[in-house]
Amino acid sequence: MASDPVTTKPVLEIRDLALAIGGARVVDGVSCAVAPGEVLALVGESGCGKSLTALAAMRLLPRAATLAGGEVLLDGENLVALPEQRMRALRGRRITMIFQEPLAALDPLSSVGTQVAEATGLSGAAARGAVLAMLAEVGISDPARRIRQYPFELSGGMAQRVMIATALISRPAVLIADEPTTALDVTIQAQILDLLRRLAADRGTAIMLITHDMGVVADIADRVTVMYAGRIAETGPTVELFAEPRHPYTALLLAALPRLSDAPKAPLAVIRGQVPLPQAFSAACRFADRCPLADERCRAEQPPLREVGKGRLSACWHAERVR
Amino acid sequence: MRGLTISTRVLLGVLLIMLAAALAAPLISPHDPLRQSLLLRLKPPGSADALGIFLLGTDDLGRDLFSRILYGARASFAVATLSVVVSLAVGVTLGLVAGWVRGIAAAIIMRLVDTMLSIPAILLAVLTVAVIGPSFTSLVMVLGLTRWPRYTRVAYASTLQVAAMPFVQASEMAGASTARILARHVLPNIAGPLMVVATSEFGLMILFEAGLSFLGLGIQPPAPSWGSIMSAGRQYVERAWWLTVFPGIGLFTLVLCVNLLGDALRDRLDPRSAGR
Repeated sequence: MASDPVTTKPVLEIRDLALAIGGARVVDGVSCAVAPGEVLALVGESGCGKSLTALAAMRLLPRAATLAGGEVLLDGENLVALPEQRMRALRGRRITMIFQEPLAALDPLSSVGTQVAEATGLSGAAARGAVLAMLAEVGISDPARRIRQYPFELSGGMAQRVMIATALISRPAVLIADEPTTALDVTIQAQILDLLRRLAADRGTAIMLITHDMGVVADIADRVTVMYAGRIAETGPTVELFAEPRHPYTALLLAALPRLSDAPKAPLAVIRGQVPLPQAFSAACRFADRCPLADERCRAEQPPLREVGKGRLSACWHAERVR
Repeated sequence: MRGLTISTRVLLGVLLIMLAAALAAPLISPHDPLRQSLLLRLKPPGSADALGIFLLGTDDLGRDLFSRILYGARASFAVATLSVVVSLAVGVTLGLVAGWVRGIAAAIIMRLVDTMLSIPAILLAVLTVAVIGPSFTSLVMVLGLTRWPRYTRVAYASTLQVAAMPFVQASEMAGASTARILARHVLPNIAGPLMVVATSEFGLMILFEAGLSFLGLGIQPPAPSWGSIMSAGRQYVERAWWLTVFPGIGLFTLVLCVNLLGDALRDRLDPRSAGR
């Protein structure tokens, strides 16, 4: 299997990850890598395994899911094999995560200042100074007043800024952002994405952004990995991937984006069919049933991820015919 | 005090007065609660002699009832407070552990809870005190260690709920240890319902202390306790009604106050249950 092409040395690298729920391989052969300062978007529809992949990287899989194979390398250290105590020391310091519902992710009974300070491991005046500086950096005005407030006093966008401050205050190498803007309205969404982008560049933080929103991807990601039914469909730099998809699924996803130039009331483009259930995964390409290019080979044999251009991988037998 | 209803304020006031009286017993009691005088046996309320007025009368050994009731209140508060603390500590710890680890450990703990709840607590307490011998410490330990299951149930259910919340997951992501998450994030978020249980248990503990002392298994004579005063007064009910009535009124008032305050607290923490 080809590994994920990154320009510089990756800080987080997932290799051939496989996760199982019950007997079903819900994530299979997923590899991706992020370099410092880079934003990698992991895109796919609900249930394609993108969040599970992220949780596996944090080693905080839900109880039902088990690791069936693969490695997660952080600075070359295989997280999968680490004792829990060492892993806990890395969480929050080297690798951390933020979620979709920022208000729910804050403890309702603890003030903003306390929660951000908790992530620093500092106390007293040193913690206060660090928290104030960090809150200012994520664009919170009047941080001295904000640190005394409780989560219910914050708006969604403000709460997500606090979450980002909490996540980044100890300067982790990797930030996993699981749908960080889904719960926010569009203008706030753009601000938060800008903020993430800027912080990643300034601090050299690698960001793995999980989303189902191609618009978000276009906004912020340097590279994109498209997942479908627990496998990687395609990987490549954002601009090239959007311009010239090399997997029929990516092409259909992009075609499904509504555009301002569409005729009014024109029917929305859809991808026909449904994602196969994990129990029904077979030797065939998992997209074969919905794919306009599918032929006998696709229904018989899973296509491997192969190089289809500079920095581009695709898991399609017909990658060159996609348009 | 903001936003409290009049009735809650009154209840709180009565409770605080009783607590203050109990704490200040050595300062405000008119007589030594242990000093006996056979010449002053069973004097009715309001009797006076050279030593002063016996406001609520005297008992069968000539001791001042008012002073004994004040000192008895100390016993009630002390036993109830300490045994609630013991059972809270045991019950909440087990509930947190069960709710956090779930699985087999939770099954074992929760079946133990069911078992404990199926045995009448007062029977268990009587049996245990009878075996280990009555004393203040054994009373507290026995009450504390028989009354934890209700806290465990509430703590377990609330922990399950809170543990599933994103902010708990977020602290895991931030690398917080389990002990830290439980103490800093889970415990404060489940404290409300636990406080309601603790209040109602506090009232029950006062009753249990009085009950066990009445049976001679609690506070040991000559130290005063409402239960033992009533127990001694039982034989004289026809001649000296005050020996049973006054400690009874004290007990009734205190437990009623505590229970009604518990209801008020519950309504305040969970407005949906108000008036139920």
